[in-house]
Amino acid sequence: MEKTKLLALYKKMVKIRKFEEQASEAFAMGDLQGFVHLYIGEEAVAAGACGAISPDDYITSTHRGHGHMLAKGADPKLMMAELCGRAPGYCRGKGGSMHISSIDLGMLGANGMVGAGFPLAVGAGIAQKIQKIEQVVVCFFGDGSTNEGLFHESLNAASLYKLPVIFVCENNLYGISTRQDRSMAIEDIADRATAYKMPSVIVDGNDVLAVHRAVAEAVKRAKAGQGPTLIECKTYKHHGHFEGDPALYRPEQEVEEWLSKDPIPRFEQYLVEEKIATTEELNDISEQIQAEMVAAVDYAIECPFLEVSEAVKDVYTDLVEEGRNR
Amino acid sequence: MKKKLTFGGAINQAIDLAMGQNDRVFCIGEDIALMGGSFGVTRGLLQKYGEDRVIDTPISEALIVGAAVGAAAVGMVPIAEIMFADFMTYCFDQLVNQAAKMRYMYGGNIELPMVVRFPGGGGIQAAAQHSQNLENLLVHIPGLKVVYPTTVEDARGLMLSAINDKNPVMFFEHKYLYATMEEVTEEFEPIPFGKAAIRKEGSDVTIVATGYCVNKALTAAEKLAGEGIKAEVIDPRTLFPLDTATIYQSVDKTGKLVVVTEENKRSAWSAEMAALVAEDKYDSLKAKIVRIGALNTPTPFAKNLEDYVLPQEEDIINGVKEIC
Repeated sequence: MEKTKLLALYKKMVKIRKFEEQASEAFAMGDLQGFVHLYIGEEAVAAGACGAISPDDYITSTHRGHGHMLAKGADPKLMMAELCGRAPGYCRGKGGSMHISSIDLGMLGANGMVGAGFPLAVGAGIAQKIQKIEQVVVCFFGDGSTNEGLFHESLNAASLYKLPVIFVCENNLYGISTRQDRSMAIEDIADRATAYKMPSVIVDGNDVLAVHRAVAEAVKRAKAGQGPTLIECKTYKHHGHFEGDPALYRPEQEVEEWLSKDPIPRFEQYLVEEKIATTEELNDISEQIQAEMVAAVDYAIECPFLEVSEAVKDVYTDLVEEGRNR
Repeated sequence: MKKKLTFGGAINQAIDLAMGQNDRVFCIGEDIALMGGSFGVTRGLLQKYGEDRVIDTPISEALIVGAAVGAAAVGMVPIAEIMFADFMTYCFDQLVNQAAKMRYMYGGNIELPMVVRFPGGGGIQAAAQHSQNLENLLVHIPGLKVVYPTTVEDARGLMLSAINDKNPVMFFEHKYLYATMEEVTEEFEPIPFGKAAIRKEGSDVTIVATGYCVNKALTAAEKLAGEGIKAEVIDPRTLFPLDTATIYQSVDKTGKLVVVTEENKRSAWSAEMAALVAEDKYDSLKAKIVRIGALNTPTPFAKNLEDYVLPQEEDIINGVKEIC
């Protein structure tokens, strides 16, 4: 992979990390409310996967969707505005963190319902098949969602119809407090693909290049009409389930072990060792992005909220619900 | 030139026309392609449009609706069939939390032109899990439109509007109506949503009925006419958006309202209808509002029990006489 591409992956990961850190801080300061699920620790998955697809390809996301949105090219300012519920935000302040989306970026939405992205990805895949368009859909999902019926319905259908869908599992070991070994009898989500005659691969989800390689391979298969692939990325989230969750249910030793496998320092080490960039160059990039994310928060908290009269709009394309008389 | 057409055939005609005009329109559901649907509504479409656009699915209702939402989100126009309206429970998240809310959650930046067809209703000894009238569960949800045609002409005109609509449209088809035959013209037009039809004019009492109950209300109205009671029968055609103007105008004239639906009465659409008139037209009312519906039980299998539980003509006649 050439230098510019490698650095692009690095920038994407750092962008997600810095954005999330700023969001966390803004949440602690009270500038940002609601349920906020941060992606810190899992950056290699979104950056690696979205780095292997084209801008006109689609992705579906989860409740932990900031990373996917940024990796698909979202503007951090408009994202932060949405997280703060402001009018210029991606969803005009009507969606917030959990429903952030941009159809223009091919991002079909963060989703508050666990497992709801699976059939959306199948639907987008059916659309591509009918129209004979050479696009793919990347469906991001967590380990816990594979216990939902829709995971199985969707994998079955995607495999049956040979749809160009790439199922990317972010296995961060936990569904809120419930560790994988308390919610399923198997160790690898990838095993579940076998039941649907779907090829699967397990990758180190904290190795951005490994994720990128696996997704690029799956894209090739999908575009050759060979159907879907399941890629299980073993990773870990540094924060709790949502901001405000101290995550006391996770053993300290486990957390420490995973913190030492942080995908960003690992990739930095690779870039320096392979003489792609110097530590100073990487620090410069990091600082520049840090400043950009601080500016995003400054921008967001100065943005106006929507007028309340707008609350009754956008339910339908052609009908406006009745407002309140006051 | 006029031709005889069934209710099911009318829906087929509308889908066929739309599929012929727009190659983004496609059908998806269980046994809809090779078999043509459990009630034959999609018969012939596979042969005409191929298996990419007339898709037989595994028995996965949640997937059917979820995939329809995903396809609509990227610019397609899916027409999904849920074999029996009762099976909507399998896909409730896709209807309530995805289809209905996506446009709003995304700040109006997305359109979801999709239709979900629900064969529903009782009276055919299909028992508790294949007979329900669950349309009001979806009327309750902002973001969905709910259509309930009762004539052959309306079935195809409303289906055409449903396919042309840019929002998720829930299309209810009463199973008892599939075999209904009418003489209709070959040419047809979309019928706009939110326009009720006055099926019979009258000045003594307003009967608002939905689904197969429109037919029952019309027969009851004929019998009442023989006794000197002139009932006006209104078919709202779409439960949301609802043409309150036509209904209110009728209540202004008659001062009396009877609402007839096949759903069991507890928290039914008929309750919403009655409440609207009570709130907005209290001064026009000359008597209490009467609601006729099924008893609050699951639908029983045995014919005598089913007939007892579902609202019949004589229940409508008795209901009208209570206030006339």
